[in-house]
Amino acid sequence: MKAILRLAICVLFLNSIITNCQSKMVPIKGGNYIPLYGRDFVKVSIDDFSMDVYPVTNKEFLDFVKKNPKWQRSNAIKLFVDASYLRDWRSDTILNATQKLNSPITNVSWFAAKNYCENQGKRLPTVDEWEYVAMANKTIPDARKLKEYNAFILSWYEKPKTFNLTIGATFQNYWKVYDLHGLVWEWTSDFNSVLITGESRKDVDIDSDLFCGSAAVNATDLMNYAAFMRYAIRGSLKAKYTMKNLGFRCVKDDKIN
Amino acid sequence: MKQLTFIILLITVTLLGACVDKKQKEIAEIGFQCPMKCEGDKVYSEKGICPVCKMDLKSNSKKERKVISDEISDESIFNLTSTWNTEEGKSITLKELKGKTIVMVMIYTTCKAACPRLAADMRNIEAKIPAEFKTDVQYVLVSIDPTTDTPKKLKEFAIENYMDGEQWTFLQGTESNVREFSNILSVKYKQISPLDFSHSNIISVFNPQGELVHQQEGLGVDNKETITKIIETVKK
Repeated sequence: MKAILRLAICVLFLNSIITNCQSKMVPIKGGNYIPLYGRDFVKVSIDDFSMDVYPVTNKEFLDFVKKNPKWQRSNAIKLFVDASYLRDWRSDTILNATQKLNSPITNVSWFAAKNYCENQGKRLPTVDEWEYVAMANKTIPDARKLKEYNAFILSWYEKPKTFNLTIGATFQNYWKVYDLHGLVWEWTSDFNSVLITGESRKDVDIDSDLFCGSAAVNATDLMNYAAFMRYAIRGSLKAKYTMKNLGFRCVKDDKIN
Repeated sequence: MKQLTFIILLITVTLLGACVDKKQKEIAEIGFQCPMKCEGDKVYSEKGICPVCKMDLKSNSKKERKVISDEISDESIFNLTSTWNTEEGKSITLKELKGKTIVMVMIYTTCKAACPRLAADMRNIEAKIPAEFKTDVQYVLVSIDPTTDTPKKLKEFAIENYMDGEQWTFLQGTESNVREFSNILSVKYKQISPLDFSHSNIISVFNPQGELVHQQEGLGVDNKETITKIIETVKK
């Protein structure tokens, strides 16, 4: 009997932790690093900031559209979302039966994601910030050169429908952030700074190293390939696009500044 | 009950008929002309295409085209609520540009390579618009470098580049406004160094309701289609 009671308390306790964690943020210590597709190996410097531990979930986004009807599926204006915005929901404010409350929200546009974060007093991370946190594995802040780290990302690319997983399904990284790799792709505030689409190829003279796929494939390590996929996706997106495997999380500048 | 339905049906049909009549009359009173004036001032009584340049003939009634509805459609850029500073130091929202055809481009003033050419492309377009439409088109240059490009800087750039007339507007936003706006235009840009950006070269045309109707990509490209589109939206 006592054991059951203990177990129950434990479960309750765990539950409360999980619910509390939903929009929990962790501090990220800034620093310098060379992004994989930085120009001429120039270091970028990252200021201190805080990042959501998990991607934004279906439940959180549901709460958001309930409070902000203008972002409900039937109200959202075409300038900001495409036709597949929240397409799988049963209605404006009801999820589909197969969608779990704590799975990451997907099928949202950049405008919707940006607005969600601003609504919480946060913002979307920049590409550089996102990549900075995402290059960590469980134990070290920059694991990009490790074989296992890249193998994990690439194996995720091969797995179908990972957007159905629930948050926290992958590892907790060095910064105590979950699910940067393994669940969904994520929006970044300046995703359109990646100049690698066909259109930009003809009118933008820089970043030629970015859209050269062969350079990534024959690179000495797989790390370029894993990151190349992310940059390629970003380069192909437009802000009103929504995709089934594209979600987001928010960040916040640290108050100390 | 059946009778009532019948009566309603009858009324509707008569009303519809009346509407059609009226419209036809209006059309008869208006004339149609080639927007490029290929045949001088020749006026046609019916809609059609110009026998010379094959463009759609446009109604020549000024009254008709000045009527602009107050409603903003879903696809209008006037849905954006951000505020911007002009080169004259005024603070405006995009909605205040409503009513004119808008030709837009994103530039930055410290740019040495593409921007002077983009500015030249804009001037070329402006020069090719027939005089009678000049007051119906606004040329807007949005800075992608809001930190450096203050209203004062933008004004200097305007004067230097012979773009200081009333038809030219320069806008300074905030970093986040500019990023949002570039996403509306599908313009990509990236800061390379403090005074240097790489960016896509796209000139966008919006109709007087703020809906995107055309984009011209690249530098020094043939602007014939862009000009045709501008004239079409003005004439509508």
